[in-house]
Amino acid sequence: MTQLVWNGLFVGSFYALVALGYSMVYGIIKLLNFAHGDLYMLGAFTGFAILGAAGGVSSSAALPVLLGVLLATMVITGLAGVVLERVAYRPLRGAPRLSLLITAVGASFALEYGMRVVAGADPRVYPVRLGGTALEVFGARLTVQQLALVAVAVVLMAGLNLLVTRTREGRAMRAIALDPRTSALMGIDVNAVISRTFFLGSALAGAAGVMAGAYYGKIDFLMGFLIGLKAFTAAVIGGIGNIPGTMLGGLLLGLLESFGTFWLGGEWRDVFAFGVLIVFLTVRPTGLLGERVTERV
Amino acid sequence: MTLLDVADLRLSFGGLLAIDGLSFSVGEGEIVSVIGPNGAGKTSAFNCVTGFYRPTAGRIALRGRDLRGLRPSAVAGLGVARTFQNLRLFGELSVLDNVRAGTHLWLRQSVFDALLHTPRYRRSEHECTEQAHHWLDFVGLRGDRYGPARALSYGEQRRTEIARALARHPCLLLLDEPAAGLNHGEKAELLGLIRRIRDLGVAIVLIEHDMGLVMEVSERVVVLNFGREIADGRPEDVRRDPAVIEAYLGGEPHA
Amino acid sequence: MKGPGQDPAAPGPDSALSGPDSPPQAGSPPGSDSALSGSGSSSGSGSGSGSPSGLAGPAGAEPPGGSRTTGSEVRLRGTTKPPTVASRLLQNRWAGLAGLLVALLAPFVNATPYALSVMTSAAIFVMLAAGLNIVVGYCGLLDLGYAAFFAVGAYTSGVLATRFDLPLLATVPAVLVATVIAGIVIGAPTLRLRSDYLAVVTLGFGEIIRITANNLEVTGGPSGVYGIPHLADGPVGFYYLTVAVVAVAVAGAARLGRSRLGRAWRFVREDEDAAEAMGVHTYRVKLAAYIAGAIWGGLAGVLFAAHLSAISPASFTFLQSALVLMAVVLGGMGSMPGVVIGAIVISILPEILRDLADHRFFLFGVLLIVVMLLRPQGLWPARSKEALK
Repeated sequence: MTQLVWNGLFVGSFYALVALGYSMVYGIIKLLNFAHGDLYMLGAFTGFAILGAAGGVSSSAALPVLLGVLLATMVITGLAGVVLERVAYRPLRGAPRLSLLITAVGASFALEYGMRVVAGADPRVYPVRLGGTALEVFGARLTVQQLALVAVAVVLMAGLNLLVTRTREGRAMRAIALDPRTSALMGIDVNAVISRTFFLGSALAGAAGVMAGAYYGKIDFLMGFLIGLKAFTAAVIGGIGNIPGTMLGGLLLGLLESFGTFWLGGEWRDVFAFGVLIVFLTVRPTGLLGERVTERV
Repeated sequence: MTLLDVADLRLSFGGLLAIDGLSFSVGEGEIVSVIGPNGAGKTSAFNCVTGFYRPTAGRIALRGRDLRGLRPSAVAGLGVARTFQNLRLFGELSVLDNVRAGTHLWLRQSVFDALLHTPRYRRSEHECTEQAHHWLDFVGLRGDRYGPARALSYGEQRRTEIARALARHPCLLLLDEPAAGLNHGEKAELLGLIRRIRDLGVAIVLIEHDMGLVMEVSERVVVLNFGREIADGRPEDVRRDPAVIEAYLGGEPHA
Repeated sequence: MKGPGQDPAAPGPDSALSGPDSPPQAGSPPGSDSALSGSGSSSGSGSGSGSPSGLAGPAGAEPPGGSRTTGSEVRLRGTTKPPTVASRLLQNRWAGLAGLLVALLAPFVNATPYALSVMTSAAIFVMLAAGLNIVVGYCGLLDLGYAAFFAVGAYTSGVLATRFDLPLLATVPAVLVATVIAGIVIGAPTLRLRSDYLAVVTLGFGEIIRITANNLEVTGGPSGVYGIPHLADGPVGFYYLTVAVVAVAVAGAARLGRSRLGRAWRFVREDEDAAEAMGVHTYRVKLAAYIAGAIWGGLAGVLFAAHLSAISPASFTFLQSALVLMAVVLGGMGSMPGVVIGAIVISILPEILRDLADHRFFLFGVLLIVVMLLRPQGLWPARSKEALK
């Protein structure tokens, strides 16, 4: 039981990290960035490449090295997100929604299969593997590494929340989310803020990618597809566009999945998750915290 | 004989009361104008009647049939057609197709007719196009009716929207600021058009800011201010109503 | 996880194919579309006589009634209609007939099993694209899980045929029922949602169907269903059968597009509120588009099952859905001839560009972005000039 909760929270923190980018981008320009999950994949591969270039990592120094790689990856995937927005989405702002969505699907495709061209179709084994020491807490087995990953995720999310609620930048984001035209008239550089939003969201996804790579040990070019869907589900559960809601949604989805898997069997896990998505969209499309407009980004 | 009967209509968005106890009625074939300052709740009232908003309280009935809770298409099915304040044409579709939309409700054609191209399909499509041309002629459209609607001038788009509503063969037509953005000549034509529509036996409710047009064409005028009805009567009476003058010229709204 | 999936176009020779299969495009090159655009209307009456003639003919959803009157009305009313309506009608009708003719003659040029297999797959893919065009092109609903209907059709027919020893043809009624139910089950809860949510939900549904097929006993799990009986004797016979079915399907979809219902779809696509105000029950109309798309996809699934005689979940991944979407977008959303060409291009191109096999999905993705940025109306657009759009 405790084990299920812990597993759920652990996976959920990954979902939450990826979902945040989805949610921020949706909040600010009302675009479902289908390629977001692929930025997560890009993050995993970028981390892989950096680690490979740095040579082997001794297992004793794994965690600090990984943190460095994490930061570098976040910058790179963040920039990739900015480029994506600049090239594929910005020219279509104001175009019919359908065009934007199709472009996003194209971007997702291009990223996935572009990565396949670069890195091959076979899964790669991550050079760093976080295994190891297990602790027993309230009857649940958890490892120091898991705890570290969750801690990193929490720090990143808390930082993001501070940024959005407390800073000038965050205020600009919220303003654009409410009304881009008026924001522009009030002197906010809308394009720059949107770029930075993409940077933040993509960086978080990239971080999640590295963490997933290090934890699960294997990465492949399609790894972002499913997590993209899950992240969207998490965002919808919590209330898309709402940052605390999205975090909550991520954790909740992780828990639901954990218990769903326990009851129905692992092969039905994804079906269960999508079922949850459909139920939520039908019953409560605004999500759990969706109505709190004040926090929107 | 009463066609549309609105009684004690109330509508609130959250805490904001957009319509506060509006009552008016429209007889068969009558032209009634609803006027009032911006934000008085005129368009909201239209949206309540046509099913786009769900009123908080009150009664809306068409020929005695309750309209509350019906979706807009069902209200249209009962014979109510409308235009929109800010033009809502199908921009990418041809002008003719736009007007064909009006025939949707009465055109008898099944999916099988369409798949098999039965004689009924051919007849109905022919009739549909004939009707579209007919109503475009009726409103006096001069622009290219085979091209996309967005290519028309603003005034022509207004006409197209009216033609689309007429192709529905409505018994009640709601026009939301049809004269907005029209030049002097176009307004004069609109005046004639509204009268010709009335001569077809169609009742018209008109939201309009152009007082000249309103006073000229209306049989009755309902005046709204702050969601409340402040006058209802013949144009010449309303014009002299002190409450109306005050609403338009300023002063204490509830004096 | 989705895998590279099974491409609809089976491996086949490259240069050999480019011969027989490029003519449908050559017969109506993009360059001629400006000439044709005005006459999308006219094609309508053309396809009235025989169903196959509508194969690629109708450029738009113009009611034939409207088009027949077009010529005379124009002169009568003195509007700015260009005078070449009749000639365009011929041209456009010819394009559809030419496409069909090429498809019928192709086996005489090259009838190797590979070539036939590729062409049959391409034809099935055309049918899928025609079905998705109803949903995405006409009605403006982005469906990213279209392969789900394809799977429902293929599995229903495959499972019934192998379990109960039925001929495939006998499973068609069951397939129709199953796909309509699938369309309603998937559409009913999601069509009330905003358009972008719909896209993700359909994506999720696509995955649900695939994973379910993967997990269930009846559907043979990951290895799928095999030993599905054939629909016709020999690959040539099956090819002609496929072409006939697909021609009827494409013509049917185009005719639906030119009907009262088809217009309602486009009204919904353009402006839902205005459509409602004119009495279009938008929810029902969207559901109708969804169900129509489901039927087209399901029947294509039957052909698919008969063609490969074995089906597995790997054939119904997101990749498959995305490829069909690409065909529709590339060809021109809402334009049947465009979509047919798009489908042929998407399914045949990889055969021609074998060397680029590794890059092709990457290129497809880039192409999708480029098309949206530079030519969102597609190669052979549906135009508004009294056509439709």
